[in-house]
Amino acid sequence: TDLCCTTILAIEFDGGVVLGSDSRVSAGASVVNRVMNKLSQLHDKIYCALSGSAADAQTIAEVVNYQLDVHSMEIGEDPQVRSAATLVRNISYKYKEELSAHLIVAGWDRRKGGQVYATLNGLLTRQPFAVGGSGSSYVYGFVDAEYRKGMSKEECQKFVVTLSLAMNRDGSSGGVAYLVTIDEHCTEEKVILGNDLPTFYDQ
Amino acid sequence: MAATASMMQSFGPNLSAQNDLVPDWTRTEVSTGTTIMAVEYDGGVVIGADSRTTTGAYIANRVTDKLTPIHDRIFCCRSGSAADTQAIADVVAYQLGFHSIELDEPPLVETAAHLFKASCYRYREELTAGILVAGWDRRRGGQVYCVPIGGMLVRQPVSVGGSGSTYIYGFMDSNYKPSMSKEQCLELTATALTLAMERDGSSGGVVRLASISEDGVERRVILGNQLPKISTH
Repeated sequence: TDLCCTTILAIEFDGGVVLGSDSRVSAGASVVNRVMNKLSQLHDKIYCALSGSAADAQTIAEVVNYQLDVHSMEIGEDPQVRSAATLVRNISYKYKEELSAHLIVAGWDRRKGGQVYATLNGLLTRQPFAVGGSGSSYVYGFVDAEYRKGMSKEECQKFVVTLSLAMNRDGSSGGVAYLVTIDEHCTEEKVILGNDLPTFYDQ
Repeated sequence: MAATASMMQSFGPNLSAQNDLVPDWTRTEVSTGTTIMAVEYDGGVVIGADSRTTTGAYIANRVTDKLTPIHDRIFCCRSGSAADTQAIADVVAYQLGFHSIELDEPPLVETAAHLFKASCYRYREELTAGILVAGWDRRRGGQVYCVPIGGMLVRQPVSVGGSGSTYIYGFMDSNYKPSMSKEQCLELTATALTLAMERDGSSGGVVRLASISEDGVERRVILGNQLPKISTH
Protein backbone atom coordinates (compact mmCIF):
# COMPACT_ATOMS: atom_id res chain seq x y z
CA THR A 1 0.00 0.00 0.00
CA ASP A 2 1.23 3.42 -0.84
CA LEU A 3 0.59 6.56 1.18
CA CYS A 4 2.36 8.83 -1.26
CA CYS A 5 -1.02 9.41 -2.74
CA THR A 6 -1.94 11.74 -0.02
CA THR A 7 -2.23 15.31 1.13
CA ILE A 8 -0.84 16.30 4.50
CA LEU A 9 -0.15 19.66 6.04
CA ALA A 10 0.93 21.26 9.29
CA ILE A 11 0.75 24.95 10.21
CA GLU A 12 2.06 26.89 13.15
CA PHE A 13 -0.17 29.47 14.82
CA ASP A 14 0.40 31.75 17.74
CA GLY A 15 0.48 29.24 20.60
CA GLY A 16 0.28 25.87 18.84
CA VAL A 17 -0.05 23.93 15.62
CA VAL A 18 -2.74 22.47 13.38
CA LEU A 19 -2.15 19.24 11.44
CA GLY A 20 -4.38 17.99 8.64
CA SER A 21 -4.59 15.01 6.32
CA ASP A 22 -6.88 13.32 3.84
CA SER A 23 -7.88 9.69 4.36
CA ARG A 24 -7.22 7.75 1.17
CA VAL A 25 -4.81 4.80 0.93
CA SER A 26 -4.47 3.40 -2.56
CA ALA A 27 -2.76 0.37 -4.03
CA GLY A 28 -2.60 1.18 -7.72
CA ALA A 29 -6.09 2.11 -8.86
CA SER A 30 -7.83 0.54 -5.91
CA VAL A 31 -8.58 2.44 -2.69
CA VAL A 32 -7.69 0.05 0.10
CA ASN A 33 -8.73 2.29 2.95
CA ARG A 34 -10.91 5.37 2.52
CA VAL A 35 -10.95 6.45 6.16
CA MET A 36 -7.32 6.10 7.22
CA ASN A 37 -6.12 8.59 9.83
CA LYS A 38 -2.68 9.67 8.73
CA LEU A 39 -2.09 11.85 11.79
CA SER A 40 -0.20 9.66 14.19
CA GLN A 41 0.49 10.53 17.82
CA LEU A 42 4.12 10.48 18.91
CA HIS A 43 3.49 11.97 22.36
CA ASP A 44 0.83 13.92 24.27
CA LYS A 45 1.50 17.13 22.41
CA ILE A 46 3.48 15.91 19.41
CA TYR A 47 1.90 14.43 16.30
CA CYS A 48 3.25 13.47 12.92
CA ALA A 49 1.59 13.37 9.50
CA LEU A 50 2.39 10.34 7.36
CA SER A 51 3.00 10.21 3.62
CA GLY A 52 4.85 7.89 1.25
CA SER A 53 4.78 4.15 1.72
CA ALA A 54 2.16 3.27 4.36
CA ALA A 55 4.26 0.52 5.86
CA ASP A 56 7.42 2.60 6.11
CA ALA A 57 5.68 5.64 7.53
CA GLN A 58 3.71 3.72 10.15
CA THR A 59 6.78 1.83 11.26
CA ILE A 60 8.83 4.97 11.66
CA ALA A 61 6.04 6.53 13.70
CA GLU A 62 5.78 3.48 15.97
CA VAL A 63 9.51 3.30 16.54
CA VAL A 64 9.74 7.03 17.32
CA ASN A 65 6.72 6.77 19.63
CA TYR A 66 8.62 4.14 21.62
CA GLN A 67 11.89 6.09 21.59
CA LEU A 68 10.11 9.25 22.74
CA ASP A 69 8.46 7.41 25.64
CA VAL A 70 11.84 6.17 26.83
CA HIS A 71 13.42 9.59 26.33
CA SER A 72 10.71 11.45 28.20
CA MET A 73 10.98 9.07 31.14
CA GLU A 74 14.72 9.58 31.18
CA ILE A 75 14.51 13.37 31.26
CA GLY A 76 11.46 13.33 33.54
CA GLU A 77 9.42 15.83 31.55
CA ASP A 78 7.58 16.22 28.25
CA PRO A 79 9.89 15.96 25.24
CA GLN A 80 10.59 18.85 22.90
CA VAL A 81 9.09 18.79 19.42
CA ARG A 82 12.58 19.16 18.00
CA SER A 83 13.62 15.95 19.77
CA ALA A 84 10.77 14.04 18.15
CA ALA A 85 11.65 15.50 14.77
CA THR A 86 15.30 14.57 15.26
CA LEU A 87 14.39 10.98 16.06
CA VAL A 88 12.29 10.77 12.90
CA ARG A 89 15.05 12.42 10.89
CA ASN A 90 17.68 10.01 12.18
CA ILE A 91 15.71 7.01 10.95
CA SER A 92 14.79 8.67 7.63
CA TYR A 93 18.41 9.59 6.96
CA LYS A 94 20.07 6.37 8.07
CA TYR A 95 17.73 4.23 6.00
CA LYS A 96 17.08 6.67 3.19
CA GLU A 97 17.87 4.13 0.47
CA GLU A 98 15.47 1.54 1.85
CA LEU A 99 12.61 3.72 3.04
CA SER A 100 10.24 5.90 1.12
CA ALA A 101 8.27 7.94 3.59
CA HIS A 102 8.00 11.62 4.47
CA LEU A 103 6.80 12.54 7.93
CA ILE A 104 5.92 16.06 8.97
CA VAL A 105 6.38 16.43 12.74
CA ALA A 106 4.45 19.12 14.58
CA GLY A 107 3.51 19.85 18.17
CA TRP A 108 3.73 22.18 21.16
CA ASP A 109 6.30 22.35 23.89
CA ARG A 110 6.96 24.75 26.74
CA ARG A 111 10.18 26.14 25.38
CA LYS A 112 9.34 27.17 21.85
CA GLY A 113 5.57 26.87 21.64
CA GLY A 114 4.10 25.56 18.41
CA GLN A 115 6.60 24.17 15.90
CA VAL A 116 6.46 22.39 12.53
CA TYR A 117 9.40 20.35 11.24
CA ALA A 118 9.83 18.78 7.80
CA THR A 119 11.96 15.62 7.59
CA LEU A 120 11.89 14.90 3.86
CA ASN A 121 14.69 12.57 2.72
CA GLY A 122 16.47 12.87 6.02
CA LEU A 123 16.78 16.62 6.42
CA LEU A 124 15.49 18.52 9.42
CA THR A 125 14.13 21.98 8.98
CA ARG A 126 11.70 24.06 10.99
CA GLN A 127 9.12 25.86 8.86
CA PRO A 128 6.12 28.08 9.53
CA PHE A 129 4.04 25.58 7.55
CA ALA A 130 4.70 22.36 5.64
CA VAL A 131 2.70 20.46 3.04
CA GLY A 132 3.43 16.97 1.76
CA GLY A 133 2.18 14.08 -0.35
CA SER A 134 1.15 14.03 -3.98
CA GLY A 135 -1.73 16.41 -3.42
CA SER A 136 0.54 19.06 -1.97
CA SER A 137 1.74 20.27 -5.38
CA TYR A 138 -1.71 21.63 -6.14
CA VAL A 139 -1.95 23.73 -3.01
CA TYR A 140 1.52 25.28 -2.75
CA GLY A 141 0.25 28.42 -4.42
CA PHE A 142 -2.82 28.61 -2.20
CA VAL A 143 -0.89 28.17 1.06
CA ASP A 144 1.81 30.63 -0.05
CA ALA A 145 -0.90 33.21 -0.69
CA GLU A 146 -2.98 32.60 2.43
CA TYR A 147 -0.39 32.01 5.15
CA ARG A 148 0.48 34.87 7.43
CA LYS A 149 2.66 34.90 10.51
CA GLY A 150 0.85 34.98 13.85
CA MET A 151 -2.50 33.62 12.73
CA SER A 152 -5.06 32.60 15.32
CA LYS A 153 -6.17 29.05 16.03
CA GLU A 154 -9.48 29.58 14.24
CA GLU A 155 -7.78 30.90 11.11
CA CYS A 156 -5.51 27.87 11.02
CA GLN A 157 -8.44 25.51 11.35
CA LYS A 158 -9.88 27.12 8.24
CA PHE A 159 -6.90 25.64 6.43
CA VAL A 160 -8.97 22.51 6.09
CA VAL A 161 -10.00 24.20 2.87
CA THR A 162 -6.49 23.42 1.62
CA LEU A 163 -7.14 19.72 2.06
CA SER A 164 -10.42 20.05 0.23
CA LEU A 165 -8.75 21.82 -2.71
CA ALA A 166 -6.06 19.16 -2.94
CA MET A 167 -8.55 16.32 -2.63
CA ASN A 168 -10.52 17.77 -5.52
CA ARG A 169 -7.52 17.94 -7.83
CA ASP A 170 -5.43 14.94 -6.81
CA GLY A 171 -6.86 11.58 -7.78
CA SER A 172 -4.79 9.93 -5.09
CA SER A 173 -6.20 12.01 -2.24
CA GLY A 174 -9.76 11.91 -1.00
CA GLY A 175 -12.23 10.69 1.56
CA VAL A 176 -12.62 12.66 4.77
CA ALA A 177 -10.36 15.24 6.36
CA TYR A 178 -8.70 14.70 9.72
CA LEU A 179 -7.64 17.70 11.74
CA VAL A 180 -5.58 17.82 14.94
CA THR A 181 -5.12 21.04 16.90
CA ILE A 182 -2.43 21.14 19.57
CA ASP A 183 -1.87 24.00 21.98
CA GLU A 184 -0.79 24.53 25.58
CA HIS A 185 -4.10 23.47 27.06
CA CYS A 186 -5.50 20.72 24.86
CA THR A 187 -5.04 18.36 21.98
CA GLU A 188 -8.15 18.15 19.85
CA GLU A 189 -8.82 15.57 17.12
CA LYS A 190 -11.55 16.24 14.60
CA VAL A 191 -13.00 14.55 11.52
CA ILE A 192 -14.69 16.50 8.74
CA LEU A 193 -16.85 14.23 6.64
CA GLY A 194 -16.99 14.42 2.86
CA ASN A 195 -20.23 16.37 2.58
CA ASP A 196 -19.08 18.89 5.18
CA LEU A 197 -15.90 19.81 3.30
CA PRO A 198 -15.75 23.25 1.67
CA THR A 199 -16.85 23.35 -1.98
CA PHE A 200 -15.81 25.61 -4.84
CA TYR A 201 -17.13 27.30 -7.90
CA ASP A 202 -17.38 24.22 -10.09
CA GLN A 203 -19.11 21.90 -7.63
CA MET B 1 47.37 -1.70 -23.06
CA ALA B 2 44.54 -0.62 -20.86
CA ALA B 3 43.70 -2.92 -18.03
CA THR B 4 40.05 -2.06 -18.39
CA ALA B 5 38.06 -0.51 -21.22
CA SER B 6 37.27 2.59 -19.21
CA MET B 7 40.93 3.58 -19.01
CA MET B 8 41.17 3.91 -22.79
CA GLN B 9 38.59 6.67 -23.00
CA SER B 10 40.72 9.18 -21.13
CA PHE B 11 42.95 9.91 -24.14
CA GLY B 12 42.09 13.12 -25.97
CA PRO B 13 39.02 15.32 -25.54
CA ASN B 14 36.00 13.13 -25.50
CA LEU B 15 32.86 14.95 -26.55
CA SER B 16 30.48 12.22 -25.54
CA ALA B 17 27.30 12.91 -23.69
CA GLN B 18 28.89 12.24 -20.32
CA ASN B 19 31.65 14.81 -20.70
CA ASP B 20 31.56 17.79 -18.39
CA LEU B 21 33.21 20.04 -20.99
CA VAL B 22 30.03 20.09 -23.04
CA PRO B 23 27.29 21.67 -20.94
CA ASP B 24 24.01 19.87 -20.62
CA TRP B 25 21.98 22.75 -21.99
CA THR B 26 23.50 22.56 -25.47
CA ARG B 27 21.93 19.15 -25.87
CA THR B 28 18.49 19.73 -24.39
CA GLU B 29 15.53 20.84 -26.43
CA VAL B 30 14.26 24.35 -25.88
CA SER B 31 11.13 24.22 -23.76
CA THR B 32 8.74 26.79 -22.45
CA GLY B 33 8.56 25.14 -19.01
CA THR B 34 5.97 27.59 -18.06
CA THR B 35 2.97 28.91 -16.28
CA ILE B 36 0.07 30.17 -18.36
CA MET B 37 -3.44 31.18 -17.36
CA ALA B 38 -6.63 32.39 -18.98
CA VAL B 39 -9.82 33.67 -17.30
CA GLU B 40 -13.21 34.59 -18.78
CA TYR B 41 -15.12 37.61 -17.57
CA ASP B 42 -18.36 39.17 -18.75
CA GLY B 43 -17.26 40.96 -21.89
CA GLY B 44 -13.87 39.41 -22.57
CA VAL B 45 -10.94 37.37 -21.35
CA VAL B 46 -7.74 37.98 -19.43
CA ILE B 47 -4.66 35.95 -20.30
CA GLY B 48 -1.27 35.80 -18.64
CA ALA B 49 2.08 34.01 -18.81
CA ASP B 50 5.54 34.04 -17.27
CA SER B 51 8.54 34.80 -19.48
CA ARG B 52 11.11 32.03 -19.02
CA THR B 53 12.33 29.72 -21.80
CA THR B 54 14.80 27.03 -20.75
CA THR B 55 17.17 24.61 -22.42
CA GLY B 56 17.85 22.26 -19.54
CA ALA B 57 19.11 24.41 -16.68
CA TYR B 58 20.02 27.39 -18.87
CA ILE B 59 17.46 30.15 -19.35
CA ALA B 60 17.62 30.78 -23.07
CA ASN B 61 15.22 33.70 -22.95
CA ARG B 62 14.15 35.46 -19.75
CA VAL B 63 11.73 37.88 -21.42
CA THR B 64 9.81 35.50 -23.70
CA ASP B 65 6.41 36.47 -25.00
CA LYS B 66 4.24 33.39 -24.72
CA LEU B 67 1.02 35.24 -25.54
CA THR B 68 0.79 34.90 -29.30
CA PRO B 69 -1.83 36.65 -31.43
CA ILE B 70 -3.72 34.38 -33.79
CA HIS B 71 -6.16 36.98 -34.97
CA ASP B 72 -7.28 40.48 -33.98
CA ARG B 73 -9.18 39.33 -30.90
CA ILE B 74 -7.92 35.77 -30.48
CA PHE B 75 -4.70 34.88 -28.65
CA CYS B 76 -3.06 31.67 -27.58
CA CYS B 77 -0.89 30.94 -24.53
CA ARG B 78 1.89 28.47 -25.33
CA SER B 79 3.48 25.83 -23.10
CA GLY B 80 5.62 22.79 -23.85
CA SER B 81 8.18 22.70 -26.64
CA ALA B 82 8.92 26.21 -27.93
CA ALA B 83 9.46 24.96 -31.48
CA ASP B 84 6.29 22.88 -31.59
CA THR B 85 4.05 25.59 -30.22
CA GLN B 86 5.47 28.29 -32.46
CA ALA B 87 4.99 26.10 -35.50
CA ILE B 88 1.42 25.19 -34.58
CA ALA B 89 0.54 28.80 -33.84
CA ASP B 90 1.90 29.88 -37.23
CA VAL B 91 -0.13 27.21 -39.00
CA VAL B 92 -3.33 28.07 -37.16
CA ALA B 93 -2.86 31.81 -37.67
CA TYR B 94 -2.56 31.18 -41.39
CA GLN B 95 -5.58 28.87 -41.53
CA LEU B 96 -7.69 31.25 -39.45
CA GLY B 97 -6.69 34.30 -41.47
CA PHE B 98 -7.67 32.51 -44.67
CA HIS B 99 -10.97 31.33 -43.19
CA SER B 100 -11.79 34.82 -41.94
CA ILE B 101 -11.26 36.33 -45.39
CA GLU B 102 -13.50 33.69 -46.93
CA LEU B 103 -16.21 34.40 -44.34
CA ASP B 104 -15.71 38.14 -44.58
CA GLU B 105 -16.19 38.50 -40.84
CA PRO B 106 -14.08 38.06 -37.70
CA PRO B 107 -13.57 34.38 -36.84
CA LEU B 108 -15.03 32.66 -33.79
CA VAL B 109 -12.77 31.71 -30.87
CA GLU B 110 -14.28 28.24 -31.06
CA THR B 111 -13.03 27.95 -34.65
CA ALA B 112 -9.50 28.87 -33.64
CA ALA B 113 -9.65 26.37 -30.79
CA HIS B 114 -10.81 23.62 -33.14
CA LEU B 115 -7.99 24.39 -35.55
CA PHE B 116 -5.50 24.02 -32.69
CA LYS B 117 -7.14 20.80 -31.64
CA ALA B 118 -6.99 19.41 -35.17
CA SER B 119 -3.21 19.93 -35.42
CA CYS B 120 -2.43 18.87 -31.86
CA TYR B 121 -4.51 15.69 -32.10
CA ARG B 122 -3.39 14.60 -35.55
CA TYR B 123 0.28 14.90 -34.68
CA ARG B 124 -0.09 14.02 -31.00
CA GLU B 125 2.77 11.47 -31.07
CA GLU B 126 5.27 13.96 -32.43
CA LEU B 127 4.23 17.10 -30.58
CA THR B 128 4.62 18.38 -27.04
CA ALA B 129 2.26 21.31 -26.90
CA GLY B 130 -0.14 22.51 -24.22
CA ILE B 131 -2.11 25.52 -25.45
CA LEU B 132 -4.78 27.83 -24.06
CA VAL B 133 -6.86 29.57 -26.74
CA ALA B 134 -8.65 32.69 -25.54
CA GLY B 135 -10.40 35.61 -27.15
CA TRP B 136 -13.57 37.52 -27.80
CA ASP B 137 -16.14 37.18 -30.54
CA ARG B 138 -19.57 38.68 -31.12
CA ARG B 139 -21.50 35.45 -30.79
CA ARG B 140 -20.36 34.20 -27.40
CA GLY B 141 -18.27 37.00 -25.89
CA GLY B 142 -15.15 36.06 -23.93
CA GLN B 143 -14.15 32.40 -24.14
CA VAL B 144 -11.28 30.22 -22.93
CA TYR B 145 -10.53 26.87 -24.55
CA CYS B 146 -7.96 24.43 -23.23
CA VAL B 147 -6.02 22.19 -25.66
CA PRO B 148 -3.63 20.18 -23.46
CA ILE B 149 -1.00 17.64 -24.54
CA GLY B 150 -2.77 14.88 -26.44
CA GLY B 151 -5.13 17.14 -28.31
CA MET B 152 -8.29 17.27 -26.23
CA LEU B 153 -10.49 20.36 -26.44
CA VAL B 154 -12.60 21.71 -23.62
CA ARG B 155 -14.04 25.11 -22.83
CA GLN B 156 -13.54 26.27 -19.24
CA PRO B 157 -14.28 29.54 -17.45
CA VAL B 158 -10.75 29.55 -16.06
CA SER B 159 -7.76 27.44 -16.98
CA VAL B 160 -4.06 27.15 -16.17
CA GLY B 161 -1.31 25.29 -17.99
CA GLY B 162 2.38 24.54 -18.09
CA SER B 163 4.72 23.03 -15.53
CA GLY B 164 4.03 25.71 -12.94
CA SER B 165 0.28 25.25 -13.12
CA THR B 166 0.19 22.33 -10.67
CA TYR B 167 1.12 24.68 -7.83
CA ILE B 168 -1.76 27.06 -8.43
CA TYR B 169 -4.71 24.73 -8.99
CA GLY B 170 -5.67 25.11 -5.35
CA PHE B 171 -5.32 28.90 -5.46
CA MET B 172 -7.34 29.11 -8.66
CA ASP B 173 -10.14 26.85 -7.38
CA SER B 174 -10.51 28.83 -4.18
CA ASN B 175 -10.17 32.36 -5.57
CA TYR B 176 -12.03 32.22 -8.87
CA LYS B 177 -15.72 33.14 -8.69
CA PRO B 178 -18.05 33.34 -11.66
CA SER B 179 -18.82 36.89 -12.83
CA MET B 180 -15.67 38.65 -11.72
CA SER B 181 -14.78 42.01 -13.23
CA LYS B 182 -11.87 42.61 -15.59
CA GLU B 183 -9.75 44.20 -12.85
CA GLN B 184 -10.37 41.28 -10.51
CA CYS B 185 -9.38 38.84 -13.24
CA LEU B 186 -6.17 40.75 -13.91
CA GLU B 187 -5.31 40.72 -10.22
CA LEU B 188 -6.13 37.03 -9.89
CA THR B 189 -3.97 36.16 -12.88
CA ALA B 190 -1.02 38.27 -11.77
CA THR B 191 -1.09 36.79 -8.24
CA ALA B 192 -1.50 33.23 -9.48
CA LEU B 193 1.40 33.56 -11.90
CA THR B 194 3.58 35.10 -9.18
CA LEU B 195 2.83 32.20 -6.84
CA ALA B 196 3.65 29.66 -9.55
CA MET B 197 6.87 31.45 -10.49
CA GLU B 198 7.95 31.30 -6.84
CA ARG B 199 7.59 27.54 -6.68
CA ASP B 200 8.37 26.33 -10.22
CA GLY B 201 12.00 26.42 -11.31
CA SER B 202 11.00 26.44 -14.97
CA SER B 203 8.83 29.55 -14.62
CA GLY B 204 10.04 33.03 -13.86
CA GLY B 205 11.00 36.42 -15.20
CA VAL B 206 8.24 38.94 -15.74
CA VAL B 207 4.48 38.52 -15.87
CA ARG B 208 2.89 39.32 -19.20
CA LEU B 209 -0.83 40.07 -19.18
CA ALA B 210 -3.34 40.85 -21.89
CA SER B 211 -7.04 41.55 -21.80
CA ILE B 212 -9.18 40.99 -24.89
CA SER B 213 -12.64 42.44 -25.37
CA GLU B 214 -14.84 43.99 -28.00
CA ASP B 215 -12.76 47.16 -27.77
CA GLY B 216 -9.54 45.38 -28.63
CA VAL B 217 -6.43 44.06 -26.90
CA GLU B 218 -4.63 45.72 -23.98
CA ARG B 219 -1.21 44.35 -23.11
CA ARG B 220 0.88 44.98 -20.05
CA VAL B 221 4.04 43.72 -18.37
CA ILE B 222 4.66 43.44 -14.64
CA LEU B 223 8.37 43.49 -13.88
CA GLY B 224 9.97 41.39 -11.15
CA ASN B 225 10.13 44.10 -8.51
CA GLN B 226 6.53 45.12 -9.13
CA LEU B 227 5.04 41.64 -8.63
CA PRO B 228 2.57 41.13 -5.77
CA LYS B 229 4.37 40.35 -2.52
CA ILE B 230 3.96 36.88 -1.03
CA SER B 231 3.69 36.59 2.73
CA THR B 232 6.33 33.94 3.29
CA HIS B 233 9.21 36.24 2.40
